[in-house]
Amino acid sequence: MSGLANALRRHPELMVAAVLVIAVLAIGTINPVFWQPSNLFSLLRASVITGILALAVLLVMLSGGIDVSFPAFAIAAMYLTVKAMIAWQFDGVLLPFLMASSIGLALGLVNAVFVHYLRMIPLIVTLGTGTAVRGFILGVVGTSQINIDQMPPLLIAFARGEFFSVTQADGSQAGLSSMVLVYAGLAIAVHLILRHTMLGRGIYALGGGEEAARRVGFNTRRITFVIYGLAGALAGFAGLLHGAMIWTANPRDMVGLELDVIAAVVLGGASIFGGRGTVIGTMLGVLTLVVITNSLIILGVDTTWQRVVVGAIVIAATAVTAWRDRKRIA
Amino acid sequence: MTAPLIELRHLGKSFGAVHALKDVSLTIGRGEIHCLAGENGSGKSTLIKVISGVNQPDRGEILIDGEKIENMSPRQAIARGVQVIYQDFSLFPNLSVAENLALSTELQAGKKLVSWRRVRQIAEEATRKLGVALELDALVETLPTAGKQLVAIARALMSDPRLLIMDEPTTALTGREVEALFRVVRDIQSRGIAVLFVSHKMREMLEISERITVIRSGEVVASGDIGDFDEARITRAMTGQELASEGYRWEGDPTAPALLDVQGLTVPGQLDDITFALKPGEIVGVSGLLGSGRTELALALFGMKRGYAGEIRLSGRPLRLDGVQAAIAEGIAYVPEDRLTEGLFLAATIDRNMLATSHDRLSRFGVMQNGQAARESEEMIREMAIATPTGNRPVTQLSGGNAQRVVIGRWLMNDPKLLILNGPTVGVDVGSKAGIHRKIRELARARGLGVLMISDDLPELVDNCNRILVLHRGRLVAELEAEATSEADLSTRLGALQ
Repeated sequence: MSGLANALRRHPELMVAAVLVIAVLAIGTINPVFWQPSNLFSLLRASVITGILALAVLLVMLSGGIDVSFPAFAIAAMYLTVKAMIAWQFDGVLLPFLMASSIGLALGLVNAVFVHYLRMIPLIVTLGTGTAVRGFILGVVGTSQINIDQMPPLLIAFARGEFFSVTQADGSQAGLSSMVLVYAGLAIAVHLILRHTMLGRGIYALGGGEEAARRVGFNTRRITFVIYGLAGALAGFAGLLHGAMIWTANPRDMVGLELDVIAAVVLGGASIFGGRGTVIGTMLGVLTLVVITNSLIILGVDTTWQRVVVGAIVIAATAVTAWRDRKRIA
Repeated sequence: MTAPLIELRHLGKSFGAVHALKDVSLTIGRGEIHCLAGENGSGKSTLIKVISGVNQPDRGEILIDGEKIENMSPRQAIARGVQVIYQDFSLFPNLSVAENLALSTELQAGKKLVSWRRVRQIAEEATRKLGVALELDALVETLPTAGKQLVAIARALMSDPRLLIMDEPTTALTGREVEALFRVVRDIQSRGIAVLFVSHKMREMLEISERITVIRSGEVVASGDIGDFDEARITRAMTGQELASEGYRWEGDPTAPALLDVQGLTVPGQLDDITFALKPGEIVGVSGLLGSGRTELALALFGMKRGYAGEIRLSGRPLRLDGVQAAIAEGIAYVPEDRLTEGLFLAATIDRNMLATSHDRLSRFGVMQNGQAARESEEMIREMAIATPTGNRPVTQLSGGNAQRVVIGRWLMNDPKLLILNGPTVGVDVGSKAGIHRKIRELARARGLGVLMISDDLPELVDNCNRILVLHRGRLVAELEAEATSEADLSTRLGALQ
């Protein structure tokens, strides 16, 4: 029994990999439509935004913090960028993404200031900044939704790109969104940072013990700013990508998304107490969550049950990680 | 003659109005095992911080290799070969042993990228230097305390220190682990590395160190070769008082009816047919190995073992102890072993803690009589000699000994008949320990209180009890008169049970 707990401590992604395999087999057996390339591709596409946001949450959670402000930051970055593009009649891809990421970065650094200098609890800080940013966007920038007729065409075209397609049994074409590659690229980058740089090890060290990290010689202030800054930048990037993928910039979007993302990260084996978690586990967690919630439809379950499933996943995944980490808490 | 490794001359350090160090001079030679002894609050921690460059002294000078060093920073101290192993080890529980060993070396080298091969090499080098095999791939949190300590020592040895400071290294170790640690320490010494062993455990100091310095209230009160010291002298120096240890003699009436009469007390799987009696004013010790049923006996008497069989009488009246409420109502008080988690409300003030069991008594129609409550709390703070200017302070500010007095005092407020103490002085330093013992004897004598004292500390039982019960596997296996029992007898008896 403790052998299992140890295995989970060492390879947090084991549990989620097992859950994913079981879920896929079960769903595919009940309704073989699941195996159609168009369904599989759409599931991968659906995991892009949640996935990038999950990378941001993973960074914060590894350091022992938690972030609930990222949906607000993502929406703020997206809405401000699209508004600016329309106002300046600018169309493009690279610059807008740079702008959205920078907005996210700046907001993330605000979180870091509160967390590091005022020693505030990350949950409270990010609840506050997230709410304030949302309020600011709706109150000052605007409340109206920007639809496809006004969205910058190049941005839309970028998000519609496909890099791979197959002909299905019924003769229709199914394509895989290029955005999956963008997500994979970001995931690899975050993985390399966490696994192969001193900065990344510093994030784990911080989650293991802040005082100990300082005594060993880590610059904990710099690490905290990098974590929250990077998380903000990822959120800003994901926000604009989200708008481009659904062809809409809605300032009231992504409400309640923080729970789905945190659920995915915890499901992926990250510890809410910090110091434990991997990129691969997080990606598997995201995929599992997306597969389960999106497959309710093809299983004939009413979509209102989605929230019940998300809630149940949060509780189940946290229970397993708490059991795994119980020695540490005691 | 070469200069000593490190020399401290007349160091002084104040924090606001508190003089943590008044005048401390200390010399540590190369490859010497030196013991720094002192009670909690004597200035030990501050001295460690000054030697390691964390705090700057206000007065005095630090010489390393005969060279005077001004404004030493932690980095300079490390560069000069001073390494500290803190009581909490400062390790990362979530990382592997190898990474814990390598991180500081990699950081010192200014590395930006991590090469896992190098991490492995550094870790292997570290275990070679330590001379003890470590499982490099294990996560540190899965190691026992002694294992974590070895990792911390190995990490400290990586920077080729010349002085290793170990802060209370034996606190959480078992006897065998302490021996293993001493072997490692002697091995380190044989390589010419000096060790400053900070402790308040007498026996260990006498065993491991060559020289000793005792500090009290920020001043050196004794120092010299360990051969010139024995336990009594160290205790005297640490506490500044002669601690008498004459046994407790019960002078009650032997023909008086028993206060507590336990007949055939049985809790399936935990206690087996326990029968004993306790008269007013008696202090009865309960000894036994871990798992002997000592704590279960206490819990049963405090109403926490619902399904017990047998009879418990208090002042001749048979009781049915089916819950803590019932036990308290009958005048039974219990001070648990782990007072931090079980006995105190850490977030509350001393007053609140003191009054925690008196709310019903001090309430009229469900409303707390605040004036009377404050008066009674103040009285008890005085009676228990708790070192605080007012009861309105957080209880967390108190030292271990004072906190323990709050827990005991709380129960005394309701005039209990039977006081059960589990490990009454665990984690309390020598001076306060004597104070608590004195108080317990006084209470037994003056109030006719019956005391049941459970303890691992054999001298504590022999010195403070008039009778000692020995439990083993849930059975009462011996009942000894303390006067006719020495610590050694008791120790042999317990050893034989293993």
